[in-house]
Amino acid sequence: MNLILLSIIKKEFHHILRDPQTLTIIIFMPVMMLFLFGYAITLEMKQIETAIIDEAKSNESRAFIEQLMATDFFRITSADVKSNQIETIFKERKARCALIIPYDFSSALQRNKKVKIQLLVDASDPNAANFINNYVNQLNLKFNLKNNADVFIPFSFEPVMLYNPDLKSYYFFVPGLIAVILLLISALLTSIAIVREKERGTMEQILVSPVSPIQIIIGKTLPYTALGFLDSIIILLFGCLWFGVPLNGPVLLLGFSLILYIITGLSFGLLVSTISKTQQVAMLAALLATILPTIMLSGFIFPVASMPLIFQYLSLIVPATHFLEIIRGIMLKGIGLKELYIQLGYLFILTAFLIALSIKKFSRNLEG
Amino acid sequence: MNPIIIENLYKTYGKVTAVNGVNLEVRPSEIFGLIGPDGAGKTTIIRIIVSLLNPDRGQVLFKGTPIAGNMSFVRTQVGYMPQRFSLYQDLTVEENLDFFGDLFNVPKNIQVNRKNNLYEFSRLGPFKSRRAGALSGGMKQKLALSCMLMHEPDVIVLDEPTFGVDPVSRSEFWEILKSLAKKGASILVTTAYMDEAALCDRVAFIFNGRILGMDSPDKLVSQIRDSIYLVNSDAPHLLFDRVSKSGKFKGCELFGDGVHLTDSDEAGIETIKDILNTMAVSYHKIKKIDPGLEDVFLKLMNENSL
Amino acid sequence: METVKIKNNSHSVIVEALTKKFGGFTAVNNISFRVSGGEIFGFLGANGAGKTTAIRMLCGLLMPTSGQATVAGFDVYTEYEKIKMNIGYMSQKFSLYEDLTVRENIEFYGGVYGLSRKEIREKTDYLMDYLKLWDHADDLTKSLPLGWKQRMALSTALLHDPDIIFLDEPTSGVDPVSRRNFWLLIYELAEQGKTIFVTTHFMDEAEYCHRLSIMRDGLIVELDKPGVLKKKYNAENMQDVFMKIVRGGKGQD
Ligand SMILES: Nc1ncnc2c1ncn2[C@@H]1O[C@H](COP(=O)(O)OP(=O)(O)OP(=O)(O)O)[C@@H](O)[C@H]1O
Ligand SMILES: [Mg+2]
Repeated sequence: MNLILLSIIKKEFHHILRDPQTLTIIIFMPVMMLFLFGYAITLEMKQIETAIIDEAKSNESRAFIEQLMATDFFRITSADVKSNQIETIFKERKARCALIIPYDFSSALQRNKKVKIQLLVDASDPNAANFINNYVNQLNLKFNLKNNADVFIPFSFEPVMLYNPDLKSYYFFVPGLIAVILLLISALLTSIAIVREKERGTMEQILVSPVSPIQIIIGKTLPYTALGFLDSIIILLFGCLWFGVPLNGPVLLLGFSLILYIITGLSFGLLVSTISKTQQVAMLAALLATILPTIMLSGFIFPVASMPLIFQYLSLIVPATHFLEIIRGIMLKGIGLKELYIQLGYLFILTAFLIALSIKKFSRNLEG
Repeated sequence: MNPIIIENLYKTYGKVTAVNGVNLEVRPSEIFGLIGPDGAGKTTIIRIIVSLLNPDRGQVLFKGTPIAGNMSFVRTQVGYMPQRFSLYQDLTVEENLDFFGDLFNVPKNIQVNRKNNLYEFSRLGPFKSRRAGALSGGMKQKLALSCMLMHEPDVIVLDEPTFGVDPVSRSEFWEILKSLAKKGASILVTTAYMDEAALCDRVAFIFNGRILGMDSPDKLVSQIRDSIYLVNSDAPHLLFDRVSKSGKFKGCELFGDGVHLTDSDEAGIETIKDILNTMAVSYHKIKKIDPGLEDVFLKLMNENSL
Repeated sequence: METVKIKNNSHSVIVEALTKKFGGFTAVNNISFRVSGGEIFGFLGANGAGKTTAIRMLCGLLMPTSGQATVAGFDVYTEYEKIKMNIGYMSQKFSLYEDLTVRENIEFYGGVYGLSRKEIREKTDYLMDYLKLWDHADDLTKSLPLGWKQRMALSTALLHDPDIIFLDEPTSGVDPVSRRNFWLLIYELAEQGKTIFVTTHFMDEAEYCHRLSIMRDGLIVELDKPGVLKKKYNAENMQDVFMKIVRGGKGQD
């Protein structure tokens, strides 16, 4: 039993190492995807084109503007515009928001009166609009604290920002992306593992040998787990070092969860592989079946709690739902096993189910 | 002009020299056979001719044009069938044939005739509408051959075309090749079957990337000066075992239900019978025979693989 | 060396009215025969006659549509896992890993059959000697010519010393010298009491078999010793017999 398993594992490693092209893709694709998606999703939230209407034209207003410009968030595209030009600026997409600093800005500050700065946001992209709004509120708060400490703080924050004090959207998206990418990669890795042997005819020889379906499934999972884990380390390092996402929680638990999650993806890939007739079908199925639910249902973009009830239930069978909570929890909130064992339990059950189903569906002969 | 001329060809893969100074030419409307042991370099030579591989040295003239730099000329002019040709597994037998007919720009009415002729040799007619993926191994091979034969190019290059094909279809396939050659096609073919090699106009025996002999089958066979005797037996391998271990004969090879003995000393049939009797082997027939290409093959291999 | 197994024990393969249909098409039609230990049983027939299908049923790769069969005393319907431990199978289409070396392939299957490292090494040495594979032991399989692939497929089929060996066109694409080596090995195995099931399109090889079954359109039309068949068809050799049977029956339909 052990020897058989060992032989299969060894053989799978040979396959992996003999194919440097695929290996390169497997190692670099996640990083590429993280990079691309990371920027594609977050680019909107940086360098927001901004128009400034400075009616005060005072030292304080200039200081305020400078503070805005010092952040990476705003890029002032039109300074010193008249208020009647704003609409054209928005229509021509020269700016996505505009700040109007009233003429009494300085005097009001000096008199400790509440200053009203008007923020006009192009809300044709509601998500972005919402985000800009939050960000400006926060900035405003800082400015107030510095310049006008006694003033009542009239702002509240979205709960999610609590763990993201610099309001960097990477914090929120990168762990989510890691979840999406890892599931996709691991499902793809194994999606052709069995159907390829069927197509090439090598399965015929395996089937007349005493290898059992369990051994084949396990023997194909383990080597790819190592590969997937390597992938996840790379992508995690990249997330932490490049995007600066913190890792506040227990590293060991994160490692363990990653492995479990990768195995979930691999076993899903194997299930697809056992029931597919051709490699193309298998890859497509693995791709669609992982990427869509993961993005739509897992809470990657839309919070699960705000979905219709049946989608909330559906999201329970999406592995990424649980893994997202785990990885965000560990990385951002710094929480541990005590808070996350339920999610881990879900993942474990899902994985066991997928593996069992693959073994059951594995055809012991050339029929069907 | 000879349609294929190979001059001083060399090809190495790493340390292995696959083709080691080969010169040969295929003449107009002849069937030229390449034979030799596994790994002798036959497939490499063929792949160089159809411009799938580049030689290290030497050149190939295809209809007088060097193939180097004229890849598309060669590809459009040659009818080539690789050793393992994959068909469209999800198309039916007939759809595959139609596809290749269209691919080669064969007019529809000619396609219909050809298909019927090809069905005759391949016996695939009753299975026209079966998907290629569900054919038996030999049927697939025959379909691949038929697809190639949907057009009638004047230079044809075939690498082990009859791999896995049954004896009846093989002989009918060779009828087709003969008739194509008669119509003017020049054909280069490799085969592991010596009875097929005997049907070629000329044969080259390749070994370790070199040509060890090249001539018409008759001339090649006439190289064997020793008399050859066929000894039939119910247990040919036992006979073979005894005789070859005794070392009394220069050559002893298994052939079907008997062995071929090489009588290099011209001892004559009676002496041979005596020798066999002293070895206490049973046999029921012995006669002098004309050697065939397979004898030549085995002899060349024995002489060269020491 | 090897311990000699029981010779001529009771039948190691028993087939009764075995039938296989693919949809409405009957690929194997009601065939019956028995093969005993130490016998070399030749399975002949034109392309598409049903040889591979029949062998696959006996190896547990295809489920019969009807009929009975036991291999090594085990039922093909229910005990295929046990059958697998007792058979060696060399499929018609090369089915080893092209991206592994010869040695890696053999070691893999050695492991799969539960051989110890030492056993694997000994067996590998023996088979590679016999089949003259040493020069290419560490070459990737995909770079090998067909004939060598066949040799290595044969060695993997024999690794675990099975009692019943199914060889589906083992010598296709193999040169005349290596073919003879194959057959000497096959004889040796038969002498050890193993049952050899072999298909071939080389009619000189048909002569090497103890008994022949000749199939046509899914049916076994002849089943006898080569000598008997040659007499019956008044033929010089098996080539003639085969031509007469296959041409005769099929003609035009
Ligand atoms: N999966 C399948 N679906 C439908 N028909 C099939 C299938 N497999 C085999 N057949 C058909 O069954 C018949 C017998 O095929 P089989 O492979 O057993 O022939 P064979 O005797 O081994 O021929 P060959 O000498 O070419 O190897 C053929 O007509 C083939 O097309
Ligand atoms: Mg077959």
